[in-house]
Order: sequence, then C-alpha cells, then structure tokens
Amino acid sequence: MPYLRPMILLAPLLMFLGLAYVLPFAGVIGWSVTLPEPGMQNYTAALTDPLILSVFWRTLRICAIVTVISVVMGYILSLLWVRGTPLVRTLTELCILIPFWISVLTRAFGWLALLSSRGILNGWLEGLGIIEDPLRLVRNEFGVVVGMVHFMIPFAVFPIASAMRSVDERTLMAARGMGASRTRIFWQVFVPMTAAGLMGAALLVFVFAIGFFITPAILGGGRSVMVAEMIYLRIFQSPDWGLAAAVSVILMVAISALLALLLKQLSPKGAK
Amino acid sequence: MIRLRPGVLAVVLAALVGVFMLMPLLSVIPVSFTPKRFLSVPEGELSLRHYRTLIEDREWIEGIWLSLRVGLLSAGFATALGTFFSLGIWMYRPRFAGLLMGIALLPMVAPPVVSALTLYFFLITLTRFNGVVAYDTMLGVALAHSVMIVPFAVVLVSVSLAQVDRRMDLAARAMGASLGRRVFSVILPNIKFGVLASFFLTFVLSWEEIAVTIFITSVEAVTLPRLMWQGLRDNIDPAIAAISVVLIVIVAVIVIGRAVIIALRSKDA
Repeated sequence: MPYLRPMILLAPLLMFLGLAYVLPFAGVIGWSVTLPEPGMQNYTAALTDPLILSVFWRTLRICAIVTVISVVMGYILSLLWVRGTPLVRTLTELCILIPFWISVLTRAFGWLALLSSRGILNGWLEGLGIIEDPLRLVRNEFGVVVGMVHFMIPFAVFPIASAMRSVDERTLMAARGMGASRTRIFWQVFVPMTAAGLMGAALLVFVFAIGFFITPAILGGGRSVMVAEMIYLRIFQSPDWGLAAAVSVILMVAISALLALLLKQLSPKGAK
Repeated sequence: MIRLRPGVLAVVLAALVGVFMLMPLLSVIPVSFTPKRFLSVPEGELSLRHYRTLIEDREWIEGIWLSLRVGLLSAGFATALGTFFSLGIWMYRPRFAGLLMGIALLPMVAPPVVSALTLYFFLITLTRFNGVVAYDTMLGVALAHSVMIVPFAVVLVSVSLAQVDRRMDLAARAMGASLGRRVFSVILPNIKFGVLASFFLTFVLSWEEIAVTIFITSVEAVTLPRLMWQGLRDNIDPAIAAISVVLIVIVAVIVIGRAVIIALRSKDA
C-alpha cells in the first residue's frame, strides 16, 4: 500500500501523457516502418536521398548561424541587464521581455511588414533614392535567420544572465586591484567565468532552432525549407506519411542526444 | 558597493540589439492603419478599417472566442494535473522521481513538429471512435494544447513548492490530517500564487499555440493563431497587423506596468 498513495496524485498526469503522448508517438514510429509498406525503406530514404539530405544540411547550417548570432547578441544584452545602472537594467529588461511574451506569428509578421518588398525598409530606401528595385530581404534564407535570431535571443539571454549573476564581484575587484585593465578583466576573468552559461545557451538555442517550424515557414516562403517544415509538407501537401514519420523519429533521437549533452553541461561540476 | 559597469562600447552594442528586438514590433503599427486591402505603408490617409474588421467580421470574432475557450479549458485542466503531479513528487519523493519528472516534461523538450505529428496521430485515431474529442474540434484542440502546456504547469508549481517549509506538512500529518486535508488546507494555500501563475502562463501558451494547431485543425476549429497563419501564408491580410498591434499593446502594458511597480516599490524600501 505505501506505493499506492503517491499514485493518487501522480497517476492522472502520467496516464494522460501516456495515452495522449507516449502511445501516439509509438504510433508515429509504427507509421515510419509500415507506410506505405513494412520495412526500413523510409529510414534508408531519409538518410540517402540527396533532396532530404540537403534539407538536413540546410537546417544544420541555418541553426549554427542562428546559434552563434543569438548567443553573441544575447551576451551583450545580458551584460547590460545584469550589470547596468538600474535605469539601463529596466530598459534592457523591456527589450527582452516584451518580444519574449509576444507570439511567434506576430513577430514573424512584424519582420514581413518591415522587410518585405512593399515593406517599410524598402519604402524608405526607395524614397531616399538609395535603391531603385526593392531588396529581397524575406522569403529567403536571410529572412529566416533574422526571424529566428529574434525569436531565440531571449532564450539565449536567460542562461547567460543567470551565469553572470553568480559571478563573484570580489573576483573582479581583485583583478582590478592587481592592476588589470577593464578589457583584460572582461576577456580574462569575466568571460571565462560565464563560459558555462554561454555553452548552455548555445546548446539550448541550437536544440530549439532545429525543430523550429513557424518562422522558417513564414519568412522562408517555401524557398529555404527546414526539416520541421519538410515534415509538415510531407503530411499535408505531397503526402508521404511514412517518410514524415521517419524524419520525425530521427529528429527526436538527435534532439534527445543534444539534450543529454545539455543536461551534462548544466549539472554541477562535482557530479562529473 | 563599487561595481564595474559596462563600458561605452557595450552600451552602444546593446542599444543596437535592443532596437533590433523592438523593431519588428514597432513596424507593425504603421501597417495596421493602411487604408488599402494589402500589406502596405499608409501614405497620408490613415484608416481604422482593419481594426473594425476585428470586431465586425464573424471569422475574427469566432477565432478569438474559440481561442479564449480553448485557453481557459486547457489551462485549467493542465494546471490541475500539473499541480497534483508536483504535489505527489514533493510530498512522497517517490523512487524514480527523476524519471517521472522526465516523462512529465517530455512535450516541452521534444521538437514542436514531432509533438504536432504525434498529436495529429492521436486525434485522427480518436476521430475513428467519436466526433466530439476529435480532429478539427474544439475539445480536440483543448486536449492537444493540454498535452503541450502541462509541463510548464509542472515546472511552475514545483518551483513554488520548493519554497514551502516541509515541516508544516509533516506537522499536519503528525496531527492526523488526511491526505485531502494536507493538500487542500495546508499546502495549496501556501502555493496559491504559483498555481495562479501556472494558470496564467499555460493560458498564454495555449492562446498563442500554433505549431500543433496547424496539424490538428482544418476548417472547423479555427483558433486566432490559425486564422493569422492562414492570412500570413496566402495574401498578407492587414487585419493581422491590427490584431498584432492589439496583442503587442496588451503585453507592453503588462510588462511595463510590472517594471514600474517594481521600480516604485524599491524606491519606497
């Protein structure tokens, strides 16, 4: 009986997720090896078909670019959020939290309004006579990267800022007392002490970016399809459910491996 | 205390990043006042026609109303499930607590598109047996949203449980309080803000959920984000700019209001 009591509280959620998530995922795995006919041909196709491989490759490339830019921009923003004067801290916080709470659709739409060929930026540039034909800034890879970086920056900021908050002020004072310049303190004391947060942020952003769907679909305009959008297209536009399921399973495995890495990164150093 | 403040270069760079963060939100505002029927920057003449669409057009009203109902239903359900689960982990510290927690957080860490396909499989399977909780129905969407947001309820309630003094519960148990009494009269009153925060966050997450919703709805259960998605993919409808401005203003008022309150409080202290 002692094992039953906690189950009264734990069971509802576990049963719910078991029925509505774990079992259906097993069903998706089932699709991947039975549609259109039993066998592993979907996995072979996913890992050899040049078209699908090019999508995987593009996804990795875009995610790597997005991760580097987001982490660098996030680091700069975190620096002010944690170490600025009170007024600067509040202003920085608004720049992080207002976009963070706004839906991904609204944000993608904002970029369309700003960057599309009839958008605000092209309007200004044409009005000033700098360009004659509108620049192509969305519906391509550039637009995807801009939109994704914008979405990911808050997720980069949170782990970086928390690493910065735990930096012991006395270490910086000691470096200062021993005559180190501000630049030197930053690069040789502050950055190394926040490196763990930086790595955590990079992994987090990369993991998020890989499964990302909405922003690439809207700002890529079908021209730079990433893996998540490919799954959507293979379900609803050129149906090949088995392949879509196989790609999903591959994606899940890849993300699990990355998350294991992330957990190792975040766990306390003594646990190694 | 003397603190090393960021230098001029850092401030300038951060200001540029800050502008980058706010730019797409600000650029929605002029577009929403265009008198034209397509995405454009108004020249001279301003119009409120796209705001009028939001309160007069059946499609938009129904989308907003559906998203509200789905949000309240799934946030209530997910918060209840997540609260009981977190309580179970906190009160009993069962063996394999880490594993159980991992299962509870699964939909949060899995790529959204994989969750979407999984829930699509789930709902079309349910559709074979009934027409109420099924593909493209309100309850189907609410169920799928509950799956996606329940991990966030678990995280928030667990965080607020971590602040509760365990001895209070032990005292209640020693004095013979039943499980129900311990949960409802002792622990829940101590974490009511955590539970409220969880309801609020899960509501917002359901309200703006789109990745899964695209997979599990088509023409009947069109939530507000789904409606925006359709408008963005085909011909860009400026009514999206109007609804975006409304949503941005709501968020900005709450976030700025909170910042002002915190600033005033720290001045008093």
